[in-house]
Amino acid sequence: MRKLTKLLSLGALALSLSVGSSAAEECIAPADPGGGWDFTCRTVGKLLYDLKLVENPVQITNMPGGVGAVAWANVASKRNDDGSLLVATSTVGITQIAQGRFPAGTDAMRWLAMLGTDVGVIVVPADSEFKTLKDLTDAMSEDPASVTAAGSSGAGGWDHIRLLMVAKAAGLSGDDYKGIRWVQFDGGSPAVTQMLGGQVDLVTTDLGEIAGFVESGDIRILAALSDERIPAFPDAPTAAEQGLDVTGYNWRGFYTGGDVSDEDYQRWVSTLNKLYDSKEWKAAAEGSGLVPVWRGGEEFEAYVLEQAAQMEEISRQIGVIK
Amino acid sequence: METIALLGQGFAVALTPTNMALAIFGCFVGTIIGALPGIGPVNGVAILIPLAFSLGLEPVSALIMLSCIYYGCMYGGRISSIMLNIPGDEPAIMTTLDGYPMAQRGKAAEALAISALASFVGATFATVGLTLFAPLLAGAAIYFGPADYFALYVMAFATIGGITGVNPIKTLLAAMIGLMIASVGLDPATGTARFTFGSYHLYDGFNPIVAIVGLFAISEVLFYLETMHMSDGKMVPLGRAVPKLRDIAVGGWAHLRGSVIGFICGILPGAGASLGAFMSYVVEKRVSNKNGTFGHGDPKGIVAPEAGNNAASGGALIPMLTLGVPGSGTTAVMLALLISLNVQPGPLLFSREPEMVWGLIASLYIANVVLLIMNIPMVGLFTRMLAMPQWVLMPFVVMVSFLGIYSISNSSFDVLVMIGFGVLGFILRKLNISLVPVILGLLLGADMENNLRRALSISGGDPSILVASPIAIGLYLVTFAILAAAFYIAFNTRRAERKLGED
Repeated sequence: MRKLTKLLSLGALALSLSVGSSAAEECIAPADPGGGWDFTCRTVGKLLYDLKLVENPVQITNMPGGVGAVAWANVASKRNDDGSLLVATSTVGITQIAQGRFPAGTDAMRWLAMLGTDVGVIVVPADSEFKTLKDLTDAMSEDPASVTAAGSSGAGGWDHIRLLMVAKAAGLSGDDYKGIRWVQFDGGSPAVTQMLGGQVDLVTTDLGEIAGFVESGDIRILAALSDERIPAFPDAPTAAEQGLDVTGYNWRGFYTGGDVSDEDYQRWVSTLNKLYDSKEWKAAAEGSGLVPVWRGGEEFEAYVLEQAAQMEEISRQIGVIK
Repeated sequence: METIALLGQGFAVALTPTNMALAIFGCFVGTIIGALPGIGPVNGVAILIPLAFSLGLEPVSALIMLSCIYYGCMYGGRISSIMLNIPGDEPAIMTTLDGYPMAQRGKAAEALAISALASFVGATFATVGLTLFAPLLAGAAIYFGPADYFALYVMAFATIGGITGVNPIKTLLAAMIGLMIASVGLDPATGTARFTFGSYHLYDGFNPIVAIVGLFAISEVLFYLETMHMSDGKMVPLGRAVPKLRDIAVGGWAHLRGSVIGFICGILPGAGASLGAFMSYVVEKRVSNKNGTFGHGDPKGIVAPEAGNNAASGGALIPMLTLGVPGSGTTAVMLALLISLNVQPGPLLFSREPEMVWGLIASLYIANVVLLIMNIPMVGLFTRMLAMPQWVLMPFVVMVSFLGIYSISNSSFDVLVMIGFGVLGFILRKLNISLVPVILGLLLGADMENNLRRALSISGGDPSILVASPIAIGLYLVTFAILAAAFYIAFNTRRAERKLGED
């Protein structure tokens, strides 16, 4: 299949060279083929053309490096006013920006929309002593070092910050954050496996990758960090239901260059909105474990800025940034 | 019972036309690469990895092709050992001891056939072992915590340092260079950038595949440019084309002894096929050398090391697939390939990607049969290939390397990195520093560090967690035993050499 697409893209390249460049839409995936951002670009790009929302097939460009920073720097310096450009990003990208690891802050780009999200969950082994979220936050308040937590990101990464947002809502302070032991693993599944092996007490990460462990009954969802209960696991309570109003989405969406005209910006927002409303997108999102959630245009821009500010504050409190 | 059902599914994957074709292609190319003096299995697999990328193969197909190349290399290595007295690769060194003398006596075809059969027995034994033991080890690996993984990595480094190195200091130096290269990029535990010099291209560190292709394939080309000549070994005549069955079936129990010893050596992380061949030969000599025929063309002196090195190469796949810790240089290269195909080896691989694991195992059974057929009736073809000048080969190596590396992520920076590593590899080889520890350091360094830090985050900084679990203690004891044995063997060899010198 990949061979076929490669052949096709070669053909398309030859064609565009002979015809001369037309203003075809392009989606930059700031990562290698196969990852989450690549999936976002390829799925959305394909659906945009299949649903005739754009005239030409969307060209997908992989630009890996620096957890998105290479693509960011490239767009900022060379294509800041290119109205045909989409760049895939997610909460992970925002974390990097909030911690100052990109060449510029969130205001350097225009934020288009998010189309779906992976939901953060706090999970424990089925036989854990923590029965509710309150059991956990009580234990953390009493002695932060008594709890060892793990996730797929390092200290100061989104999995870690999501847990600390819960701790914050439960009344813990900056010094307590540092006391909670945090262990990084290369993905949600390895983290859960180590938790089942008794190495750590709980895991905070995206549900998508570890849903199988919940279905098999090996682990329990202590709290879903979403506005509403997760459709696939209606028995699992949200954090808000348990008195702690925290959401921890890992959304998938797009930005475009900072100098793109208002006209092009609005055109993208409405195109993406049409895509979001299609049943094809809903099917594609759910097929890959995402919950379709829409935030677009100015609403999305405000959401991104707020999320970045929240992350920056916690990162500062735990000493990840000075 | 469950294993048989899973293996059946595996055969369904392996027997698709594409995968079958790739397996046969891999066996053929692997045998050629193994036979060509100087290009060993590590280089062979490293050179052909880019091919998997530029063909855009599915992960399972890529893995099948490269595993068959790997098995093919192990079969092929013996050909130049016997015909030219030059080992085609490092593990085939022991085969020269009795293989070449036998060929000189006009029994080259018999020697090749005997060794092909031994390779088949060894490799099949290891594949059966892989089928039976790998799922068990994968099940047990669930109980491995970060401290235990750290102990396992210590063992991998200790064994490769203690055994493969002719010069332990240089091996240590090579491993250190690898570890240093591994520390470039974002530190996963805290997200701090290390040794990136402000370049975002270096944030993700060096892709091990790019480094490997540079170190092995590009340095091979540079080496060739420097020497520009073929090996000057003298080829013995092949003799009878297809030997009689009676002349082949002389190995007897040597087949089994070599297979068992080789298999065990293969499973040890970092030890690999050379040790398997060496140990098998030494043991066989103790058991069978009653008339002093070893070293003068004794068939059992061919059977034991060939069964040993082929069994070891199969065994080496076990820790690579189940623990993510390679058992040899070549499996280290294959591990890097898997990671760049987004497949994370380790205990979860068996439950998450059964199709891939069992497809691979099934294709290894097929590869063995194909290789046996290729290596007995068709062996004349491969011996003729030994006369092929290397200048025919090198342009292909360059082309495939550049195309393949560029097609991983369409990055011209990667191509530059590959060339840089090529120059580094050339310099290291000029200094007689083995490249395998560099790769091991590069590949395992990050995981070793991460697991150490994970263990310490769990304990809140208390180092006693490193020796708290029975698994870790057991691994340290095995490491100690291997190191002690290595020193003992080195000491004895030196004494034996001195004694020889006095005679």
